[in-house]
Order: sequence, then structure tokens, then C-alpha cells
Amino acid sequence: MSMFSLEAKLKRQALLDLAFRSLTRVSAFGVLVLLAAIIASLVIGSMPAIHAFGFGFLTSPEWDPVNDKFGALIPIVGTLITSGIALLIAIPVSFGIAIFLTELSPRILRRPLGIAIELLAGIPSIIYGMWGLFVFAPLFADHVEPWLNNHIGPLPFIGEFFMGAPMGIGILTASIILSIMVIPFITSVMRDVFDVVPTLLKESAYGLGATTWEVMWKVVLPYTKVGVAGGIMLGLGRALGETMAVTFVIGNAHELGKSLLNPGNSISSALANEFTEAIGELYTSSLIELGLILFFITFVVLALARYMLYKLGKREGQAA
Amino acid sequence: MSTETIITNPKVIVKDLNFHYGNYRALKDINLNIAEKMVTAFIGPSGCGKSTLLRTFNRMYELYPKQKATGEIILDGANVLDAKQDLNMLRAKIGMVFQKPTPFPMSIYDNIAFGVKLYENLSKHDMEARVEWALRKAALWTEVKDKLKQSGTGLSGGQQQRLCIARAIAVKPQVLLLDEPTSALDPISTAHIEKLIDELKEDFTIVIVTHNMQQAARVSDYTAYMYLGDLIEFGETSTVFTNPKRKETEDYITGRFG
Repeated sequence: MSMFSLEAKLKRQALLDLAFRSLTRVSAFGVLVLLAAIIASLVIGSMPAIHAFGFGFLTSPEWDPVNDKFGALIPIVGTLITSGIALLIAIPVSFGIAIFLTELSPRILRRPLGIAIELLAGIPSIIYGMWGLFVFAPLFADHVEPWLNNHIGPLPFIGEFFMGAPMGIGILTASIILSIMVIPFITSVMRDVFDVVPTLLKESAYGLGATTWEVMWKVVLPYTKVGVAGGIMLGLGRALGETMAVTFVIGNAHELGKSLLNPGNSISSALANEFTEAIGELYTSSLIELGLILFFITFVVLALARYMLYKLGKREGQAA
Repeated sequence: MSTETIITNPKVIVKDLNFHYGNYRALKDINLNIAEKMVTAFIGPSGCGKSTLLRTFNRMYELYPKQKATGEIILDGANVLDAKQDLNMLRAKIGMVFQKPTPFPMSIYDNIAFGVKLYENLSKHDMEARVEWALRKAALWTEVKDKLKQSGTGLSGGQQQRLCIARAIAVKPQVLLLDEPTSALDPISTAHIEKLIDELKEDFTIVIVTHNMQQAARVSDYTAYMYLGDLIEFGETSTVFTNPKRKETEDYITGRFG
């Protein structure tokens, strides 16, 4: 009797185990299938636009829903420029914060400051957008943009990038809001990789008479460069795809002016604004193709970031 | 305690040195002289304060909070511990090599040039000469002269440690601090480094911390035996090892404890 029940129990367990294994496998592959389905539907959805405009879609600045002529140049450039400027601002600031947190901060401040910066990453992007539109943009229009017009504007070469009506919203505002949003990401990766630098390596540099700056810039940064680059890529990935905050402050105009104070557009804000009003197959299809382009750009950036962090992990493994 | 050993040419004079980690007193009224262009070894069991003592010479401890040294360490007539003493200039005068090789993540050439560039503005030609000089002094030149552009991290452990010694002497320090420099190395590399120490004392005043008593006996001219933050005995190495004055020293060097 007991033998019989044990056998049944074992059999039942084996069956349950098999079912569980199948379930996990289905879930894992299900995600991949979903990803493939998303790519496929984006590609299928953009087919009409691809057929109509071909590669010209990438290079044409025209966006004319009335005459059904669409080109993605302005949103692509807007996305790349806002993300690029955001990184230009965010990288040095994050580097500074990370140096402070790993080398200079008193021990009691380290944890609270680190946690506070990580919490910044958790603020919903719509909050950044609202703050940007209602608080930052008016201040920027009243105090910073006139100054830029008057002082940077007259300069040769770079001046024309800073001339324009001080409206508060525009490419530069969007870039600054984006930089605030990506700083926590870049900072926390930088801090984590700086923390793994061996103490003796830093002491060796200090022992030669190097200052904190020289130690960080010439020894710690080269030692961690792969991880730092990975962190920057993660920040870039976030900046490229950010929608709500950018939509609030970028101005949403299909214009390609030289000035950074002018309103512009990005891929994600164009999508957010225009899908509801898109009538006609070609209009919808062009928007979907925009989405496909954004998907492609962020995918490449994030893949690069993963690859760099993976390489760093491998190197650490060898060192240990 | 008295330092009966008379050193006529002290390079560094340690007077009434105390060291605290927070409330813990890690060094207690240390007095000793470091002879110029000689090798002085600090020995003693783990936690005796020998590394702590070494790290007060270039104030490395100041990187960390709650560590404090009081007393005097006189180098060239000035007190190293004086708050007015410029820390970076001090560290350029006192080189240090650590328990593990720590090549910087850059080429062999740049590893050596790194410290020199901080304080001297040499022409390319002079810098090349300086790098070669330092590498020759560290007995590494013949092994690396054809791959100066390669990364310093690609060398073997023993070569990396000699690279670190070359890096330290390239800035022409007056004193060279060696903190258990062979503890991560195999016996052959250790022998290399010991031979090197013997050659380097022609130019530099050397202080070495070591776990290995035989090493202290082999390389040093003077030995300080420390225990629980006290300097128990200090004298010529031959005397300390063959005819120690204190019972505690004898117990340690004969292996009865430690």
C-alpha cells in the first residue's frame, strides 16, 4: 500500500515538474515571440510609407499631412540633438557627483545622497514634463534666454545657435530637462564602477603625489572606462526614448531652425502628439515608420551598453 | 623605551609618535631614527602597527576619516605631520610600493611617466631618458624595452611589482616605503625584488614592512620589532636577530609566537 502511494507520488511530482518546466520555457520564449511580433507589426505597419518614400523618408524635412508628404529628418535630428545636448550636460555633472560620492563625501552623507539620487530616477517623467513646462520654462524664458541672446548670440560661429525668441520652450529646454532625467542613471552606474576600483590602485596614485582630480581623471576613469561608457549609453537610451517630458517642453513644431531656442520636435513627441489626429493610411504608416526608426536607434544603443558592461564584468572576473 | 642604537646619519626622525584609529591607539610613543641610504625593516605579528607606522611617513592614512597621528616625523628638518606641509609635495618626496602590484591601466611607458609628469616638465627626450633610467634601476629594462607601449597590466606579477618600484623611483624620491612588497609574489620574483632592494639603497633611504623574518634578516641594515603598537626593540639587524636584548623579540624571531 505504502509502496503504491509512494510510486504515485513520485509520478505526480515528475508530471508537475515537467509542467512547471514547460511553463517557464513558454514564458521565456513568449517574451521573445512578443518582441518579434512588435518588430513585425512595426515593419508591416510602415510598409506603405516605406514604399511611398523609400530612403528619402530619412532625409526629407517635409512633414505635410495635407498633401500626404512625409519625411522623418526633423524628428530624427530633434531626437539626436536633444539627447546629445542632454548627455553633454549630464556626463560632467554625473562624473562630479560620482567623484563626490565615492571619494570626497563624508561617510554619513554617502548613503542618503546616493539614495536620493537614485530616487530621482524613479520620478514619473510626466512630473518632469509638468515641472519643465510650468516652472522651468518660464524661468528660463525670463532669465536665461535673454542672457543667451545678448551674450552668446553675438559670438561668431556658436552665436546663431543661441539667437531666438525667448519663449522658454524649445530644443534647449527639452535637452536640459532630459539631462536632469538621465543624470541619476549615469551617476549610479559611475558610482558603482568607481566603487570597484581597488583601494591600492588609488593609493598608488595618491602615493606619487597626485591630487584627487588627477587620481580620478588619470587612473580611476581609464580603469573604469568601459563601465562608464556603458552607463552613458544607458542614459542615452533613456534620453532617446523619453516622450512625455520632451513633449511638454520641446514645442512640437516641425521646423528645422539653427537656433536651439526654437521649438522643434522629436520622434517620440511627434508620435505622442499626432497619432490621434492621423487620418489616412500614409500618415499613420509614416508615424509607425518613425516608431520603427526610434526602436532601431534605442535598440542599437542599449545593445552597445549591454555589450560594454558585459566586457567590464568579464575583465573584473579575470582580475579576481 | 630607549633607542640605544645610535644612528649618526638619520634621514627620518620619529619622535613620540602616536596614532589613533578612532579611539583605538594603534601606535604608542614611537621613537626611532631611519638611517640614510640604508634599509630599515619593520617586523612583528599582524596588527602590531608596522604598516600603520609606514603609512604615517607619507600620511597615506589621511585619505580615510577618523585616523590621526600626533607627534613628529622629521624629514629634512621639517615635520611631515605639520598641517602646513603640502601633502602632494610630501608624497612626491616619499615613494611607496604596496602589498600587491598596482600597475595603472596604461602603457608601461606611461606608468613610469605618470608621476614624473605631475611635478616635472620634461622634454620628450628627457622623459624617455628618465623612463629608461627608472626601468634600469628597477632591473626591468631588458625585459620591457621592446614593449614600452604595451599595457602595464599585461606583465607577470613580479614584473608588475618591479614596474611599481620603477614608477616610485622615477620621481626621484628621497625615501622609499615598501609595504610587504613581496607578499603576493612567488619565490623567484621575491628573490629578484630583494636583490633590487640591495641595489636601490645606494640611492634611496628604504623602509620595508615585512611578514617574513628571513626577508628582514636578508635585506635590512636595521630592524624594528613591534608588538601591539609598541616599538619593542630597534637596532642593527645582525644584533636584533642574533643577540636580541628583549625576551619578547627573541620569542618572536625564534618562532615561539607570532
